[in-house]
Amino acid sequence: MASAIFFLDLKGKPLLSRNYRGDVPMSAVDKFPILLLDAEEESSVVPPCFSHEGINYLYIRHSNLYLLALTKRNSNAAEILLFLHKVVQVLTEYFKELEEESIRDNFVIIYELLDELMDFGYPQTTETKILKEYITQQSHQLEVQPRPPIAVTNAVSWRSEGIRYRKNEVFLDVIESVNLLVSSTGAVLRSEILGSIKLKCYLSGMPELRLGLNDRVMFENSGRSSRGKSIEMEDVKFHQCVRLSRFENDRTISFIPPDGEFELMSYRLNTQVKPLIWVDCAVQMHAGSRIEFAINARAQFKRRSTANNVEITIPVPDDADTPKFRTSVGTVHYAPEKAAIVWKIKHFGGGKEFTMRAELGLPSVKETDPDRKKRPISVKFEIPYFTTSGIQVRYLKIIEPKLQYPSLPWVRYITQSGDDYTVRLP
Amino acid sequence: MSDAKFFAKGKAAELRLELTSDKKDKNYTRRKTALKRIVANMTMNNNEMIQLFPDVLDCIKLDSLEIKKMCFLYLINYCRLKPDLANKALPVLLDDLRDRSPLIRALSLRTVSCIPLPAFNEALVDPLSRLLRDPDPYVRKTAAFGVAKLWASDASMVEKSGLIEGVNQLLVDSNPTVVSAGLAALTDITDKSEGMKLAIGYQDASKLVQILGDCNEWSQTYILSALMAYTPQDPAEALLMAERLSPRLQHSNASVVLGTIRVILYLTHYISDDSAIQGLVKRFGPPLVTLLSKPHEIQYVALRNCFLILQQYPQILQNDIKVFFCKYNDPIYIKVTKLEIIFLLASEDNIKEILRELREYASEIDVQFVRKAVRAIGKLAIKIDTAARDCIDTLLDLVATRVSYIVQEATVVIKNIFRKYPNKYESIISVLCKNLDSLDEPEAKAAMVWIIGQYADRIENSDELLDEFLFTFKEETIEVQLALLTATVKLFIQRPAKGQELVLQVLKWSTEETDNPDLRDRGYMYWRLLSSSSGNADITRQVVMSEKPAISVESDKLDVRTIEELSLNIGSLSAIYLKPVSQIFKGTKARHLEQSPALRRSDSNFESPGFYQNYTAANYFSTTGGDLLSD
Repeated sequence: MASAIFFLDLKGKPLLSRNYRGDVPMSAVDKFPILLLDAEEESSVVPPCFSHEGINYLYIRHSNLYLLALTKRNSNAAEILLFLHKVVQVLTEYFKELEEESIRDNFVIIYELLDELMDFGYPQTTETKILKEYITQQSHQLEVQPRPPIAVTNAVSWRSEGIRYRKNEVFLDVIESVNLLVSSTGAVLRSEILGSIKLKCYLSGMPELRLGLNDRVMFENSGRSSRGKSIEMEDVKFHQCVRLSRFENDRTISFIPPDGEFELMSYRLNTQVKPLIWVDCAVQMHAGSRIEFAINARAQFKRRSTANNVEITIPVPDDADTPKFRTSVGTVHYAPEKAAIVWKIKHFGGGKEFTMRAELGLPSVKETDPDRKKRPISVKFEIPYFTTSGIQVRYLKIIEPKLQYPSLPWVRYITQSGDDYTVRLP
Repeated sequence: MSDAKFFAKGKAAELRLELTSDKKDKNYTRRKTALKRIVANMTMNNNEMIQLFPDVLDCIKLDSLEIKKMCFLYLINYCRLKPDLANKALPVLLDDLRDRSPLIRALSLRTVSCIPLPAFNEALVDPLSRLLRDPDPYVRKTAAFGVAKLWASDASMVEKSGLIEGVNQLLVDSNPTVVSAGLAALTDITDKSEGMKLAIGYQDASKLVQILGDCNEWSQTYILSALMAYTPQDPAEALLMAERLSPRLQHSNASVVLGTIRVILYLTHYISDDSAIQGLVKRFGPPLVTLLSKPHEIQYVALRNCFLILQQYPQILQNDIKVFFCKYNDPIYIKVTKLEIIFLLASEDNIKEILRELREYASEIDVQFVRKAVRAIGKLAIKIDTAARDCIDTLLDLVATRVSYIVQEATVVIKNIFRKYPNKYESIISVLCKNLDSLDEPEAKAAMVWIIGQYADRIENSDELLDEFLFTFKEETIEVQLALLTATVKLFIQRPAKGQELVLQVLKWSTEETDNPDLRDRGYMYWRLLSSSSGNADITRQVVMSEKPAISVESDKLDVRTIEELSLNIGSLSAIYLKPVSQIFKGTKARHLEQSPALRRSDSNFESPGFYQNYTAANYFSTTGGDLLSD
């Protein structure tokens, strides 16, 4: 429960605000930039919520904006911070982009939305598609707005009735992001797969969907001997449209989808996977003159797959100069602003192995402090038509009881590097 | 199309002209533009806009929703400054409360209810009790929050008006969203109220769990927080409830997940079957780990709550310690919290892995994080006896880097290691002695001085080392001065010949040349001790070199009662600050476990005064027609 919500620029100047409860002085926001600065000066550990003189400040940052909530009570911090993220999402869906300029460009509608998104500090409706039905940028007359969409207070709060498409289609994207941490001695410290199933739904009416996956628990429950591979998901999270108790009972994923694009579910696997792209690095440091790198990259997946847009970023000392590279494949460039060299390989076939050698000059004056900024090598890539976990969509059944139309589901798989696919330097 | 152009500073007189001119204004375009400029100026805190109060009020009656919304916004912003004028808007607003459109009814209700003026409050009571029974659920939902707003503004009037009874009726509404709004309103009121409290019986709690799936994510969080007002009377009942709630752990909204964990943890206090409890809490692990791939702020909330839950149930994630290993690009506040959890979960089985990881952190960029990593290594030596040697080796490895802040931090923790394991690992003293120059922080200096004093007889040149520190005695902080005084006395006791000269010098400084009473007191104490027992050095030795109480890292842990209270507040601010509600939120009721035959109290002695609060006033809700509220 939040008492007030503010949009501020990065200097901490309020751009727009809404006071929901009137129990916190709005002037408390003036302290925010000062408190933030003080906290930063005192310590590098500035958490996203802190308290000052009985008022609690909870904030997130988005592009060149701060979104800040104030409260006096022992409020639900998870709810408030999540709500701030939702506000960003809703406004982004309304204005394509949310930044300082968009606040002024759209202030009237932002006020309207703030009135609808939250009441007395309690989050209400945050489904953009539903909001767009009754809060629009076009000015409207009273008579065309007879009532709020039923979805606002309905059990199905994410979909309106009366949606029509000429061609009924569903596009299903299974996206797996692999995070990996390899120690400097070459041991895999952590590896996880973060999976996400995204849907683009263009279906008429109120369709009932059922998604079948090669989920081991479901196979076991139904006593079916699994033909082919089944997978065991560590944890699954569902969009609010999925009937959770149904999943709990018999692992059936059944739902009435929102219209358009949304993330149906996300899952996580901790199973140790063979690193898809393995990077070895040997460094030779000749203090005061030069540093040499020998990088070896190996694609450890099946030959019929290909990794696209592979990008290996190797950190180098800040003061390195005159780079020289030698590689059999791809391009290498020096990015002094990141103090790194970047090796790009457009297509990296499965089972292939490539090497790259780099040599950079170092200033002859020795630094007093040894180079302690140990940054890891990071790797980016995409492998289409392939999932690391082996997850498969077995079926997607679509039934609209009244309209009974034929419909087509399309499935796509892709594996990519997560935000943390790193190898520590020796 | 951009509205940024309206953000030019406007003059009140000029804008008034725009609003009041008799000229033709098709579709009110001119007035809309003027109002937009007014709202823009209001946003910029241009206080001149207050002068336009009467003119803006005149526009409320115009037949345009857009204009109406802007006028309402203006009213909310400025009503407190112009109460008399604001009252003039009341008839129009009240009229709107009877509008045909539910959107307008709700809109004006939201507006009137957040204007805390007496006239508005009074005028709202009757319409509000009608709107609580509005045919449209959207309006009923808004009315529920309206009652909470009105209560915040004038509690006694609301309590006399029967409105709370009206909200109570919403709890049996056919629409789940309305039910949850009613619960949110009542929770909001009873959290603050002296005399009222929320109490939910089994039947009603059961109904609430049933409708959870039928309302949106936020409504679910309101129901989950209201469920804390249900007191199970029977262990089986509590278990059933917990099991029915557990599918919610799969929800994609993090506050629904944390709310579910909170309710289940609460229910475990009323479940008698231990293996059932283990089974329930085990299910928290995977969802908690998943929260670690959410946005940073949410990760932080999850981690702080993890820290809390793991204090009680470390087994949930004991084998998943790797998930808490820091990512290179984690913000520092996340890294620090992860470090605390890693320390908490450290055991003989995983210590080797952890040490390798902490060694890695000690070479990162952020000084504060590095220090905490070094400190954690030292604390692990104290926490796990069998790992002490490995920890010390890691520390020595770090001292060898000769990076000043690492050496200092290591010195401080090594002192504690000596406290825990006296007369062991002395070989490391010589390594430390090589790095005296890099010590410039009081805490590190004091630690080093303590080590020299304690092991004065085993350090070859202890007198020279102390002498060097004593050189700057008068400039040191009191912490270092006290340490130097004690260390010199220890030196004298262990090696009288070498210490004699120094001890006289230090005693003189500490007694005659200082303004600090602590130092002076301690100086005189030693002086008398040394002079009175000159014949019997054994007594002095016994006093000064006495065995010290063992130290442990357990003192860092939160006490059981705090953990219990905080675990009833999972997801909330107090759980993130890790401080009991009473310490930071004055006048807020602390959550506590309600007495019931099913309540487990094996770890008793909780019945200290203040823990169980008594509600003096008997203004409980009455039960009518299967209400959710009962006393």
